[in-house]
Amino acid sequence: MSATNAPGAVSTAPPQKPGDTHTRPSAAKKPRNLKRPLAYVLVSAGLLVMSAPFLWMALSAFKTQTELTASPPVWIPTDWTLENFRNLLDKLDLPLYFMNSVIVAVLVTLSNLVFCSMLGYALAKLKFAGRNKIFGLVLGALMVPGNLMLLPLFVLMSKLHLIDSYAGLVLPFAAGAFGVFLMRQFMQSIPDELLEAARMDGAGEWYIFWRIVMPLVKPALATLSIFTFLGSWNNFVWPLIATNDPDKYTLPVALATFATDPNKAGGSNGMLMAGSLLVVLPVVVLFIALQRHFTQGIATAGMK
Amino acid sequence: MRTMTSKAAQPAKVQAGPETSGSPAGGPASRRGGKKSSMGVQNLAGWLFSTPFLVLFLVFMAFPILATLVMSFTDFGLRNVTHPLDANFIGLENYVNLFSDDKFLKSLFNTAYFVVIGVPLTIFLGLVVAVLLNNGIDRARTFFRVGFYAPVVTTIVAVAVVWRFVLDPSDGLIAGLLSEVGLTSPDFLGSETLAMPSLIVMAVWRNLGTVMVLFIAGLQAIPTEVREAARLDGAGMWQEFKGITVPLLRPTLLYATVITTIGYLNVFEEPFVMTQGDPSDSTLTVSLNMYREGFNFFHMGYASAMAYVLFVVIMGITALQLRLLKDNTK
Repeated sequence: MSATNAPGAVSTAPPQKPGDTHTRPSAAKKPRNLKRPLAYVLVSAGLLVMSAPFLWMALSAFKTQTELTASPPVWIPTDWTLENFRNLLDKLDLPLYFMNSVIVAVLVTLSNLVFCSMLGYALAKLKFAGRNKIFGLVLGALMVPGNLMLLPLFVLMSKLHLIDSYAGLVLPFAAGAFGVFLMRQFMQSIPDELLEAARMDGAGEWYIFWRIVMPLVKPALATLSIFTFLGSWNNFVWPLIATNDPDKYTLPVALATFATDPNKAGGSNGMLMAGSLLVVLPVVVLFIALQRHFTQGIATAGMK
Repeated sequence: MRTMTSKAAQPAKVQAGPETSGSPAGGPASRRGGKKSSMGVQNLAGWLFSTPFLVLFLVFMAFPILATLVMSFTDFGLRNVTHPLDANFIGLENYVNLFSDDKFLKSLFNTAYFVVIGVPLTIFLGLVVAVLLNNGIDRARTFFRVGFYAPVVTTIVAVAVVWRFVLDPSDGLIAGLLSEVGLTSPDFLGSETLAMPSLIVMAVWRNLGTVMVLFIAGLQAIPTEVREAARLDGAGMWQEFKGITVPLLRPTLLYATVITTIGYLNVFEEPFVMTQGDPSDSTLTVSLNMYREGFNFFHMGYASAMAYVLFVVIMGITALQLRLLKDNTK
């Protein structure tokens, strides 16, 4: 979590415009005083609409069956209960699916950090024949929709006997084009002179990469970790296809299977709300803690 | 290791190197000499650093993309999952069949519907929120930004569970609000006319945050001086927005529109988890149709053809958007 304070983290927010109020108080202040409360009202109303489903979910997880089906609906439960969580844990082996999701997400993240950084370094700092072609390939890969690959990927994984294995869940996502792009953008800002000096001192490229470049791009690595981890955590389609054995389900697949099986969730909205809350909570906490890296990553990708 | 690149700017350093080749510094000829050895090292290193990614890329991306193309010309079915090479080549049959397949045409229409309504809505609302947050809000900015972005990081399955209850006609959130004012809720997901709009609202809710963050980054890249100058010249808020914000935001607008369009053309998760394409295929999108043909009925050749038609459509629309939106700046 300390990544939030990473020293080099570039804030997405440039210095706030002090000029607005300082230099021309009369010109700038007046319309502002009028528009500000309005902006707050609009944004707050929007936020309420945006977060209503979340609030509904979080509160419903603690409702009793009577309150869940009450009409008109009850917002705040009067009898807070943990019944839904207890029932859910009885019927669904959440710790197992949680571990599956964590293992897959951690492996995907680590491999992306290493492989995308390596290629990012090569593209940003090494002059080699074919560099432009490889970069073109990366940009092209960014545009290709994932659905285009699903069918042969499934056949390939079946032939390799990797269905229902962690390898089958990890390998297709082990190195993404977005990561390469992100790392290349950040690594380009490292001064060439620094690397030249190291080369003069006899440092090899591998040493330069691990000992000089990687420590300098920690904020970018943090950004990439969060994106990759969450992408994997929330991934639904591929794990759905690549697993048949319930013991290898990831959290979203397990929850979806549970939600659609009338014998299990059987009309218990409370259990589903509790399950969803448990799936969402770690991610939202992680996101709030590291949100600055998110915005930075999107900004980098968007600005090119 | 004598590694010197073509950096002519540093002849001094090059000379200082103990192992530098015979003719250091200066002239183009000598530079080429120095370049050669460093090029050798960097060439090798470059390729070694690229190898892991390229291997994964070739096996798990390039190969499947090509295989989909090949499969689209065959009758690839369930038994070919174990014996891929036994599939029969049937030429363009799949493609021909697609365009007389009412279900496919309907899924194309549904996808277009989703994009045509969903993209402008997402872009517009994302821009409004970004402008409000950037210009009107100075306190609790992070709080608001996190709030609007939270749906983006939420698992689709959890989103689906919640939205099912939001839209539930008997004891859902909207039904509850409507009953307060004495109205009965329509059956959103069970209605042919309302199911797709409901999914669009859900998608806008889910994707608004991404677009908003892009626009905030874009807005903050606009130099303050430009705005101040406009204000000094007596430009009102609307004039400032129209004359400065929009033109300078055009690259961001282009990027946001293109990625949102690509994402929406591929829409799969919302209909898959919410409606499975029902009622009467009114929410059957191309991607969902492809998934069903491929993994439920194992008509993999046919599904591959579908994937490629969608891919070509996406490429065409993206190229068109890039052209239209870029030309406007000139």
